[in-house]
Amino acid sequence: MALRTLISGKTLAAAALGGARTLAAARGVATVALPDLPYDYGALEPAISGEIMRLHHQKHHAAYVANYNKALEQLDAAVTKGDATTVVQLQSAIKFNGGGHINHSIFWKNLKPISEGGGESPHQKLGWAIDEDFGSFEALLKKMNAEGAALQGSGWVWLALDKEAKKLSVETTANQDPLVTKGVNLVPLLGIDVWEHAYYLQYKNVRPDYLSNIWKVINWKYAGEVYENAVA
Amino acid sequence: MAAFASALGILPSPPASAYPQQRRLRSVKREQMQGCRSRRCSKVVSYYGLITPPYKLDALEPYMSKRTVELHWGKHHQNYVDGLNKQLATSMFYGYTLEELIKEGYNNGNPLPEYNNAAQVWNHHFFWESMQPESGGSPEGGVLQQIEKDFGSFTNFREEFICSALSLLGSGWVWLVLKREERKLSVVCTRNAISPLALGDIPIMNLDLWEHAYYLDYKDDRRMYVTNFIDHLVSWHTVTLRMMRGEAFVNLGEPNIPVA
Repeated sequence: MALRTLISGKTLAAAALGGARTLAAARGVATVALPDLPYDYGALEPAISGEIMRLHHQKHHAAYVANYNKALEQLDAAVTKGDATTVVQLQSAIKFNGGGHINHSIFWKNLKPISEGGGESPHQKLGWAIDEDFGSFEALLKKMNAEGAALQGSGWVWLALDKEAKKLSVETTANQDPLVTKGVNLVPLLGIDVWEHAYYLQYKNVRPDYLSNIWKVINWKYAGEVYENAVA
Repeated sequence: MAAFASALGILPSPPASAYPQQRRLRSVKREQMQGCRSRRCSKVVSYYGLITPPYKLDALEPYMSKRTVELHWGKHHQNYVDGLNKQLATSMFYGYTLEELIKEGYNNGNPLPEYNNAAQVWNHHFFWESMQPESGGSPEGGVLQQIEKDFGSFTNFREEFICSALSLLGSGWVWLVLKREERKLSVVCTRNAISPLALGDIPIMNLDLWEHAYYLDYKDDRRMYVTNFIDHLVSWHTVTLRMMRGEAFVNLGEPNIPVA
């Protein structure tokens, strides 16, 4: 596993950020790091191209991490100084970049190469819950595809669990807003990035094609684990 | 009497129904249109069409590739037009001009379903015409004077434009607008499909910051895309024409006529 990591080089970006992170940690600001992908960039082909995965991880997600850490440090300084104006001003950068980091970290775990079980339909508890709350697995897919395609601008489409009501639902969030902004009890089981950077190089303007193909590499096992932990 | 009193602020201003004439004119227009439509045997219907950019699709190379323009205009812009026409078949906005549709459809921040398509059709058309092959650089004459008056210098304006574009989080547009109230030029960013028309200002030039506008050419490098636009693509000629038209609606003060 470690050898594969070195060869694919996907940890390069993370290593570069690691230096900056330890410096900030010494000052007491808990910064975040770019997580490694649990598979190679090309492993999700032909559903998502390796070029998209590489750019998405090394450029977009890395930028969210870097900007979030920067905003956190600025926030720390502003809070210490009692500079309320700056504290409030930083909120949109924190929401956007922090949300971007949270959402993408979930997204990488939501995907799995076909050879490792990606695309296999959910079983047991999650499977039954889907049948109960949506009628059928196909109905859920149809609903998520429709909502994802209809989303105007940039955002995410989620399979959400309301852990209080123990009910599943399909939600959308704009830009990089995390699912929790739609409801404090909502737990993200699956998120699909419908920002254009997530599919444009491969699918161009045909977002519906991207949505119908991404199901082939969705990691239902992970979603099932999150579900069972949340309802337990 | 009531109107006079309300103008003095003594009484609250009368509700819209107190001005029946305006609303009656609107609904008469719609009735007439609908009446015409039902009277004739062959229905004449009119919808929106897609206008071709005023240059060949590869003319903006190397700053905007032919591939991008083909997709952006031929697919995205076309889809907005088709989507709008489809909605208009059963919408109360049938027959409105695009500008009317945008202003009414915006609905004070709660956009109606037709708004997004209409605004994007308008925004993209405005965008194609805001660009010109082998252009950019800096403006001359009256436009330069106004920019120097409102931003300090052209360099300041350029910096502010680029900064604004980079600070937009998510999809949207960056505009050079002529503000009606403040009577000056200003750089504004709008999210998704929001248009300065809906906000009451006069657009002078815009740049599409949705990822589809630059992803094929620049990937995630938005800075390079914006810099290339302002340095090489923006059509100051079009900006001048739009400013001239804008000055018919906004008093920018006395012109500087040199004394002999």
